[in-house]
Amino acid sequence: MSTPKLLAVSVVAALLVAPTVVRAEGPGLGQPLSPDEIPRFATYVMPDGRNLPSGHGSATEGAEIYAGQCASCHGATGIEGPIMPPVGPNKVWAKPAGRHWPYATTLFDYIRRAMPFNAPKSLSDDQVYALAAFILYRNGVIAEDAVMDAESLPKVVMPNRDKFVDVWATQGNKPW
Amino acid sequence: MTSASNDLRTFDSALERVAGGGLLSRRRLLGGSLLIGGAAATTLGIARQAQATAASAPWTVVAGEPVRGYGMPAAQEAQVKRAPIQPYKDLAPQFSFSGTPHQHLRGTITPNGLHFEVYHGGRPKLDPDQHSLMIHGLVERPLKFDRVSLERYPMVTQIHFLECSGNSFFNAIMDKPMQVGCDMLHGLLSNAEWTGIPLSVLMDEAGVKPVGKWVIAIGNDAPSVARSIPIEKIMGDGILALYQNGEHIRPEQGYPMRLLLPGYEGNMNIKWVTSLWVTDAPVHSKHESGEYTELLADGRTAEFTFAMGVKSVITHPSATLTMSGPGYYEISGVAWSGAGLVRKVELSADGGQSWAEAELVAPVLPRALTRFRMPWHWNGAPAQLLSRAADETGAVQPTRTAWKKKYDPSNFLHNNSIQAWQITPQGSVENVYT
Repeated sequence: MSTPKLLAVSVVAALLVAPTVVRAEGPGLGQPLSPDEIPRFATYVMPDGRNLPSGHGSATEGAEIYAGQCASCHGATGIEGPIMPPVGPNKVWAKPAGRHWPYATTLFDYIRRAMPFNAPKSLSDDQVYALAAFILYRNGVIAEDAVMDAESLPKVVMPNRDKFVDVWATQGNKPW
Repeated sequence: MTSASNDLRTFDSALERVAGGGLLSRRRLLGGSLLIGGAAATTLGIARQAQATAASAPWTVVAGEPVRGYGMPAAQEAQVKRAPIQPYKDLAPQFSFSGTPHQHLRGTITPNGLHFEVYHGGRPKLDPDQHSLMIHGLVERPLKFDRVSLERYPMVTQIHFLECSGNSFFNAIMDKPMQVGCDMLHGLLSNAEWTGIPLSVLMDEAGVKPVGKWVIAIGNDAPSVARSIPIEKIMGDGILALYQNGEHIRPEQGYPMRLLLPGYEGNMNIKWVTSLWVTDAPVHSKHESGEYTELLADGRTAEFTFAMGVKSVITHPSATLTMSGPGYYEISGVAWSGAGLVRKVELSADGGQSWAEAELVAPVLPRALTRFRMPWHWNGAPAQLLSRAADETGAVQPTRTAWKKKYDPSNFLHNNSIQAWQITPQGSVENVYT
């Protein structure tokens, strides 16, 4: 097969299958965004601890908050559910947050932005640190008296961290 | 013997079979329908004659209704609705989803009122005048856009499916196949014409720094749903969608704006999107850490599983529909792939012993639903219908058994396995596992 023919075939194939989005210039109507206009929920706490706020909490403090704010959905001790119990192993949910998730920082950010279900964003940073500590303690990941804050939380080594296969990194857009 | 059964015999002997169980040559699509059409015209002619002396129908003797501002389906179609599921009932009623009733739809475009929904924290009562899109993080110029400005940007129009990675979850995890329709079994799948701004235009205006490798998209809803998206996808074919099938996108779909990432699992197509935060790494948000990761058979977990696998389902006939006696039918269904074009759909009417290729109905578009069809003569005996799709990458839809083998028994995500429908002699259609 000659090279020009190969080229022609591949060009035609590219035209047929390439995404039809055409790069275009916009009218440039975006307005400058200043840092104080960006709500914390427009960012996320990173696994290495970037964006964690000051504040702290322990499992003991978290137990009380959990009983009042969380137990009705997630279960009295965190394993009963019915909704996605965060403590494992349990019989309801195979991916409990405090055991399955690869990074403890996600506990902090998710609780802060999305919990409790009917009053998201209502907990203080101290309360959120305390709840993260309680869930980690109940999963046997940290000690009962460990204090979680911007320094200690990212250092928590989650038990499942090395068991993830990053499909995007290993095979891109090829489905698993 | 009546003349009708004589006709049927003649018809039956003229059929060109291409596989077992009564699958017919696709050449019959035209010829067969002509034959049927001829018979129908005769019947219709007799009926007209008989009606000539009958009383006029009541709606033909008075003036009808005037125009209306926004049309609705016929009152008689009111039962065609999404199938709602609230798994935690009164404890968290807003954590809910609803499936498109594919067993009642033909063609490929999902009507806007029937597009599937998944809510992690309910549908927000969002004020669009207070909504803006922010682009910030690792960019040269952090920017915000209101929706009036966005309407002035160049827009593209593309047809794409959206599928929740939890679609077909009942078949994934239920020990016995549930006898419910395609709305419940495969309804977290829809297909629409989306119009919006290429994300590359907006990102270029902000100027992504070379260290910016991921975009964290965040919704303006109660749980502020967040997903990490590779910059390649955002800049490649990502769209900020403002319109759905020609009208502004519905509140259910993220009004006034949502992400549209062709072929990627539904949850990443962030609804009510308000923030595109450029970072050097993924954030491992809740949804990409737990809810949308897949436990594998070997104890590991698949994460960042973005593109949806090749898949198909026969919608006609399908569970909850019933056969109306032996004879000619057109098997019809939909196929799709998050990796590109559907190349081929094979059908079996004998439980997988023999297969024949269905016709793909044009247009066949990448990362969009493709309708397939094939003529079929059902002889009234038990039959088992299967459809098996293949895409342009060569990937082929697996059997349920093969799919289950890859995963932990609890996994219900990314189930693209073959759906089997058992036709009973009584004419009911049952969901079965193979």
